[in-house]
Amino acid sequence: MSNSLIENKYTSPQTFFLVALRILLGWYFLYEGLVKIANPDWSSFGYLMDSKGLFEGMFQSMAANAGVVATVDFLNKWGLTFIGLGLMFGFLTQLALFFGMLLLAMYYLSHPPLASVSYVLPQEGSYLWVNKTLIEIFAMAVLMVFPTGHIFGLDRFIFKRNKK
Amino acid sequence: MKKDNKIQNNTKPTTSAQKIGRRDLVKGLAALPVLGAFSYAWLRKNRIDEKFKNQMREVVHLTSQPVELAPSIQDGNPIRIGIIGFGIRGKQLMRAAGFPEPSWIDEQIEANRENKRNTNYESYMEQEQLNIEVTGVCDIFTVYSEAAALTGSNVNREGVSGKMGNSPKQYKTYMELLDAPDIDAVIIAAPDHWHATMAIEAAKRGKHVYCEKPVSWTVPETYELVKTVKEKGIVFQLGHQGRQTESYTKAKEAIEKNVLGKVNLIEVCTNRNDPNGAWVYDIHPEANPSTIDWAQFIGPAPAHDFSLERFFRWRCWWDYSTGLNGDLLTHEYDALNQIIGLGIPGSVASSGGIYFFKDGRTVPDVLQVVMEFPKHDLSFLYSATLASDRSRGKVVMGHDANMEISDRLVIYADQASTQYKEKIESGLIDPRTPIYSFTPGKKGADGFATATEQYFASRGLLYTYRNGRRVDTTHLHIKEWLNCIRAGVQPSCNIDQAFQEGISAHMSTKALLENRRVFWDADKQEIV
Repeated sequence: MSNSLIENKYTSPQTFFLVALRILLGWYFLYEGLVKIANPDWSSFGYLMDSKGLFEGMFQSMAANAGVVATVDFLNKWGLTFIGLGLMFGFLTQLALFFGMLLLAMYYLSHPPLASVSYVLPQEGSYLWVNKTLIEIFAMAVLMVFPTGHIFGLDRFIFKRNKK
Repeated sequence: MKKDNKIQNNTKPTTSAQKIGRRDLVKGLAALPVLGAFSYAWLRKNRIDEKFKNQMREVVHLTSQPVELAPSIQDGNPIRIGIIGFGIRGKQLMRAAGFPEPSWIDEQIEANRENKRNTNYESYMEQEQLNIEVTGVCDIFTVYSEAAALTGSNVNREGVSGKMGNSPKQYKTYMELLDAPDIDAVIIAAPDHWHATMAIEAAKRGKHVYCEKPVSWTVPETYELVKTVKEKGIVFQLGHQGRQTESYTKAKEAIEKNVLGKVNLIEVCTNRNDPNGAWVYDIHPEANPSTIDWAQFIGPAPAHDFSLERFFRWRCWWDYSTGLNGDLLTHEYDALNQIIGLGIPGSVASSGGIYFFKDGRTVPDVLQVVMEFPKHDLSFLYSATLASDRSRGKVVMGHDANMEISDRLVIYADQASTQYKEKIESGLIDPRTPIYSFTPGKKGADGFATATEQYFASRGLLYTYRNGRRVDTTHLHIKEWLNCIRAGVQPSCNIDQAFQEGISAHMSTKALLENRRVFWDADKQEIV
């Protein structure tokens, strides 16, 4: 199967919007990561402590352990940054999407938008089961089944090398 | 798959090497311009934020760096402490000094097991040990006396099944405790009507004193205490632990640096709304005339038949208490005396009544006190109720800015400020957003936290547990006293500050009970 054949699966508008969505998500992840790296006071502690719902106990016991919090902080800061760069540049795109979805799933599970709970964050109000995190997860799932990294992205080189 | 686009058609005949070189580079690095745009936006945002912060730093010369705690002096032998009074406050003070009741330790461990958010136990165990020994205890209720002895032996801060150290001696009277040669210093947590009497006797014997507030119950004993403490040169600390509150230190700095401009009005208050807050404490089931030394309880107070209510809820009667004036106004007054250096008011007016807790008490549950400080050109307004929990902060109102003081400190510029006029007009200062805010425990910050951060912090979620450990101010206050004993100097809430606190509270009570405005004759040093 040649590269051009895969490219041809999508029409130009399809390619454009899939790539655009991927880059926008990349931008969003990258910013979230960098803003945390730039702030020496940032910690996941408050967010973990604010957890509600089924996994409340698990997330709060993570917060209770300083070592775990430090690890979670590190993984969030650099994870978000590299996932962001990966999505933006289409580099190891499927892997970036997978870890991005994993991270978002953790956010969703720690802060499930249940009818009965309210959170310190987000301050914008509460949703009913479906919130932006969930929609983002599904947007990333769409990108996973309609890959574009090998069309517009560094995966193009990886893909080529693998083919040879 | 058959829909070849034009570009691909055009490039078909070229070699694969050429294809990688040109087309792939363009497509592979398609996001490069996006990263460029991102970098530009990122740098621009940072530059704007930094510029704003720098400009604000020029306007408000305050840092949000945590207040450095004085290192504790640990040299030499332990200081030998005697405790007089092991009621609610006595227990808290001993805990703050490093001696928790074993049952309290078990309760905290259990509380943490039930709710991971409750980190009291962990914070408590991180509390610094102060190199002291409890060698004597005195409480006139036998149950409390024994509890105090057990607590004084809890040198390892363990639970009920833990290993205890030597038990301190239990004294039947405070005088016997004060006469003991193996006691260097005493913590007094008896009811108000005993404070000054006990402190005077302790000072006479050269024992250093940590005395709960208010400093005295009557006016004459206030003078006598000052005289004795100064003559004997003991280290005296009055128990206003607010002296250790970081935000108060920052507020003092704001006043000194004239951030607020001329201050003419201060509004402080007390709001509580539960029986405990209104001094309706539990009556111990084992309390009776044979387990309580009633005569010693009465002491300097008017004679009265044995009464469990009066023994456990003594704050409700003027016979033993100083009411809202001595119990809670003094905290507010001392906070502002620390921040602004108020001194003794020129005059005081007061009114109030027993409006909610009609349970036989004689002290009001709603109270207003207005103190005038002509030498500072300001009024100090205190308003209290024990039957509404509406939160009202300590507010200091200046011509250029106002500040609200709690655990945090928030300063807003005034719309009509002279000092900030140009900055407001140029848009640098927005009177609706703080020009300064301080959140304790937040390290390395600049005072301009985002709304989200502040909201988090106000719920105690963000910084309090993390960077700065949560430290009990009472612990710090006792530590300061012990440091001063070791260094031979006087602490922050020394006898002069205590005198100002005592006289201000007495003036308020006198104004209320005599239903008139009372004055301070500064020359004669008398209330008139």
